[in-house]
Amino acid sequence: MATAYLLMASSTAGQAATTLLGVIEAVGGFIAILVIVFFVAGRATGRLQKPIAVVICLGPALFLVTLGLIIPAITTINNSLKNQQFLGQLDTQYIGFKNYTYAFTDPTTQQTILRTVLWLLIVPAAAVAVGLLVALLVDRMKYSSVPKTMIFLPTAISFVGAAVIWSYVYNYVTPSQPQTGLLSEIVMKLGWSNPPNWLITAPTNTFLEMVIMIWIQAGFAMVVLGAALKAIPDEVIESARLDGAEGFTLFRTVQIPMIRNTLVVVLTTVMITTLKVFDIVFTINNGNFDTDVLARQMYADMFVTSQVSRGSALAVILFLAVTPLVFYNIRQLRRERETR
Amino acid sequence: MSSTTAPPAVQRPLTGTAAVKAVRKRLSGSLASVLVIAIGVMWTIPTFGLFINSFRSKEDAATTGWWVFFLHPSFSLSGYDQVLTSQGGLIIPLVNSLAITIPATIIPIFVASMAGYSLAWMRFRGSDAIFFALFALQVVPLQMALVPLQQYYVHGLQIAGVTILPSPGVNGTLTQIWLSHTMFSLPLAVFLLHNFIAQLPSSLIEAARVDGASHLRIFRSIVLPLSMPAIASFSIFQFLWVWNDLLVAKTFGGSNPDMQPVTARMQSLVGSYGAHQELLAPAGFLTIVIPLIVFLSLQRYFVRGLLAGSVKG
Repeated sequence: MATAYLLMASSTAGQAATTLLGVIEAVGGFIAILVIVFFVAGRATGRLQKPIAVVICLGPALFLVTLGLIIPAITTINNSLKNQQFLGQLDTQYIGFKNYTYAFTDPTTQQTILRTVLWLLIVPAAAVAVGLLVALLVDRMKYSSVPKTMIFLPTAISFVGAAVIWSYVYNYVTPSQPQTGLLSEIVMKLGWSNPPNWLITAPTNTFLEMVIMIWIQAGFAMVVLGAALKAIPDEVIESARLDGAEGFTLFRTVQIPMIRNTLVVVLTTVMITTLKVFDIVFTINNGNFDTDVLARQMYADMFVTSQVSRGSALAVILFLAVTPLVFYNIRQLRRERETR
Repeated sequence: MSSTTAPPAVQRPLTGTAAVKAVRKRLSGSLASVLVIAIGVMWTIPTFGLFINSFRSKEDAATTGWWVFFLHPSFSLSGYDQVLTSQGGLIIPLVNSLAITIPATIIPIFVASMAGYSLAWMRFRGSDAIFFALFALQVVPLQMALVPLQQYYVHGLQIAGVTILPSPGVNGTLTQIWLSHTMFSLPLAVFLLHNFIAQLPSSLIEAARVDGASHLRIFRSIVLPLSMPAIASFSIFQFLWVWNDLLVAKTFGGSNPDMQPVTARMQSLVGSYGAHQELLAPAGFLTIVIPLIVFLSLQRYFVRGLLAGSVKG
């Protein structure tokens, strides 16, 4: 028994050492190659010096994004027009927009898309509302770093970790037993003697999963909006105060208009993250019990249920939904930079 | 400017509406504090519950809620012991997470800062267009790249049946996870680092050029050291992003447990209903503790990067 235990421990240590050694090799090798390339290219002089430097500096980045983003995006669009089922299938044919028609007419997928839209409507608005509320409240406060850190902390937690954390909130135990889930405990203390099994009861479960996302994103909204509020010149606030604006009036007539751009950028940024939500739904109940969303079903179509083309169509729909948001953000950023 | 920071202009006692206003102001100030602290506590309780549960024995955690701990304190490290030492425990996934995260953070730093430097300081025709195109690639959700990229790792790049690039021969290794993370990070990384590098004082770089330093030398000895603040911001971003990622790891790590990072391992723990429920709390806490430490110790840089990436540009 003891020897078996030791053997296992040593094999674990061995495996860990091998893995980490591989990492050191890889990083070391990468840097060594860079050093050699820089050394060799550094000997070039004259007319060729600049073109060589450009190629060395820009080449890797361009190569990697071409290989990793541009070509795959085109391939996925192409795939979405075919009838490919499993990965590596060769005898595929173009079937036009059938996969898209399917996505919007198949009842299950329709539900998935509708649910994603619901996520998109609720999560960004709620996260920004909480973030804005806290940012406004602490804007006039001295010792705010502790509560701010408490709200910001979930930003560092993975969606999977968050799902685990919240599983202790949403845990279900028969009402006659002592409760282990915080939510059940609270509602039972409040007098609801027979709460449902939260995570498998639709549509409650979808909203409860949204809460996790809001919990993660509120800190981001708070920090960015807080910085924008702080950037409003003191004179503006002071003169508004002299004019009699206080509290909510000040907030509505001065602070909100002055941070409107930031507000919209935060909203769209959270929207983009929400559109791609995958981990939470995947971890909590794998999209079952009427909780599926676009990014989760897409993953299942591609890698689990062998419907590559249908999954690709969903990926393209995701892309088309994200694109206007990103371009709006870019335009906003450029405008803001020009005014500075 | 709050009531607490402004020095009182009037020393004599307030009367009438002025007094009402002052009282209301003071009250709303403390009401705000209470509200903020309440939200802060609400935001912390779920994590706190996990933390408490991770130190309770298997039986206690399975039969009673974590809040019972305060009435009947019980303390046990058996959960951590089991998670860290048993077969299928978290040691290897934790090592894998490190093994995935470190190269996937370091490699993009170099690739992106080199690209950012060349786009900012080696002006050539089309450099602006390339910068904009790289930035605009943020629209491509990585979900779009999963299947084609996986096919590339296995079969090489083929267009109409003709192999253009052979497979890199990294299928089934961590290398393909590093490569994928690097590719997906570049649009944001180049954008962030370019903006910082472009704002370095031009006199510095001109002077080095006059002294006969080559572009590559300037990058190595001036740009790279001076860009450390931006590199720090990006590194924390990338570290958290890669450590917390599930989708890329699941897609390119496959089901091979030897390559699973903690997120993938946790996901299968949650999924295997009831089989290892008791390990969930200690395992969950171990999963989040490293990013939390990184985050708390380097929060300043993280916030700076966040602001540069999402509002300021």
